Amino acid sequence: MENLVQEAIQNVNLQAIMPSLVLCVFGMAILMVSVFSKRGSTTHIAWLSIAALVVTGFVTLIGWNNPQAGFAGSVLLDNFATFFSMICIIAAGLTILMSDDYLRREGYPVSEYYPLILFTTAGAMWMASGTDLMTIFLGLEVLSVSLYVLAGFFRNQTRSNEAGLKYFFLGAFSTGFLLYGVALLYGVTGTTKVDGIAAYLMANPEAAMNTMFIAGGSLLLVGFLFKVAAAPFHMWTPDVYQGAPTPITAFMSAGPKAAAFAALMRVTIIGLDGLQSELTSLFWILAVLTMTIGNFIALTQKDLKRMLAYSSISHAGYVMVGLVAWNEIGLSAILFYMLVYTFMNMGAFAVLVLIGKKGEDNLTLDGVAGLGYKKPILGIVLSIFLFSLMGLPPTAGFTAKFYIFAGAIEAGYIWLAVLGVLNSAVSLYYYLRVMVQMYFKDPEEDFAWVSINGPVTISIVVSAVGVLYLGIFPHTLMSLAKLAGF
Amino acid sequence: MITVNHYLLLSAILFAIGTFGVLTRKNAIVIFMCIEVMLNSVNLTFIALSRHVGNMDGQIFVFFVMTVAAAEAAVGLALMIAFFRNKESIDTDDFNMLKW
Repeated sequence: MENLVQEAIQNVNLQAIMPSLVLCVFGMAILMVSVFSKRGSTTHIAWLSIAALVVTGFVTLIGWNNPQAGFAGSVLLDNFATFFSMICIIAAGLTILMSDDYLRREGYPVSEYYPLILFTTAGAMWMASGTDLMTIFLGLEVLSVSLYVLAGFFRNQTRSNEAGLKYFFLGAFSTGFLLYGVALLYGVTGTTKVDGIAAYLMANPEAAMNTMFIAGGSLLLVGFLFKVAAAPFHMWTPDVYQGAPTPITAFMSAGPKAAAFAALMRVTIIGLDGLQSELTSLFWILAVLTMTIGNFIALTQKDLKRMLAYSSISHAGYVMVGLVAWNEIGLSAILFYMLVYTFMNMGAFAVLVLIGKKGEDNLTLDGVAGLGYKKPILGIVLSIFLFSLMGLPPTAGFTAKFYIFAGAIEAGYIWLAVLGVLNSAVSLYYYLRVMVQMYFKDPEEDFAWVSINGPVTISIVVSAVGVLYLGIFPHTLMSLAKLAGF
Repeated sequence: MITVNHYLLLSAILFAIGTFGVLTRKNAIVIFMCIEVMLNSVNLTFIALSRHVGNMDGQIFVFFVMTVAAAEAAVGLALMIAFFRNKESIDTDDFNMLKW
């Protein structure tokens, strides 16, 4: 008995969860600070949260090239987890920077907002480092439950309530599927560990034909595909993205999505490696479906947040192309793409945060008419982000797509790459339409309420520099992504 | 003689009832109850399979599922109350602000 306890303690290895541990401790401390602060003053809470993220970033970087396994092999902080954790930390930081003025403008200067973002980030980091379906599930839920609250954060706004409720119901529903999948896989393989499942598949290749195994694997994939908003499980995305507070929308499309892709990659590439040929043909169909549905519905949207929601669905489709390729360049391109997408999408949302009026009813295509003349600097940066989302050089969106499609071509999926490029061409239409409004329409408004200062400009500048730098010098990051891939 | 198959069948039926309820019901509270039925059918599956497989991992998983379900219930009911305050309804037909 004593030996068992000692063995269990030796198995813990706190080093493996140190980044999320630090973040959670900071989150709880900041929650306490906010209790003793004056009501309505949130600026210091925001900067404390930024400080927490910076410290967590340094702690995370210690884990680079220094893999730590812990908790009897259910957590593994390797380069892969470190890379995705850094993406989530960057996304959270940019979100917090664009939130402070926004919350005050919308009349909700409430400080619980910031700790909730930190807890979401901690959940995302568990998802990225989990090697047991149990830890992945827990990370997913810590992330989701905090996000339900954040999506419905504007209590007195029906739109925000509705976004929160819809996200909650569909999220909980998909969690049910995910869990049933885990339970069935456990029944067949006798373990919930990702490498345990892989070992079982290796030893019993005939298990792949077992009905219970197929059902379990499919249900598990449904749960993950819902979280990454891949078609046909994308229905919640536009509603939730439109109704949630804009910084939270930006965050959801970057951090949690990256974490969900991290968990999906680890489960499929490590755990279900034996089913590679079946999975790639499944992902082939889903990638094409996701790209096409996202792009074609985005063509009809007038609301900018909703348009960017459909665009984020189509980008999930591009990322899945890398999963179909299933080779070194394709998989490391996913890591590269998620970081680039964080910069370009959050930058675009930060501009929207800046130009919105209270209630944000002006964030439509007509609402940005003439923005390029009235606010030339904002026009230029929004154009950079839109060019990057289209995938035009010299922005990072181009290099990211280039690597993804290069991976697909190397693996022999020429048609998939062709369909991906055609889809990018379709997406030109709706991104360019925003720019046409900005530069070729007479301004209806003077945009006098837009003041270009405050922390939100930091997040715009950081995103713009990231997009341009990674577009012109992608090699350093790509070689890091190759080190982080499997 | 009750075997593991009976338990699996029962939990599959419960899961199907829950899924059907989520898809067909209109009242948000009833939908939420159906989701809980789904989660509990998963718990039943885990416990039955844990006994069948012969290790404790499944039973430990159940504790986590119950904890998470409780946290979700707290957040979900809070969201429903916030929605009810604004709309005086929790009927899913009244979730009609956001659509294309």
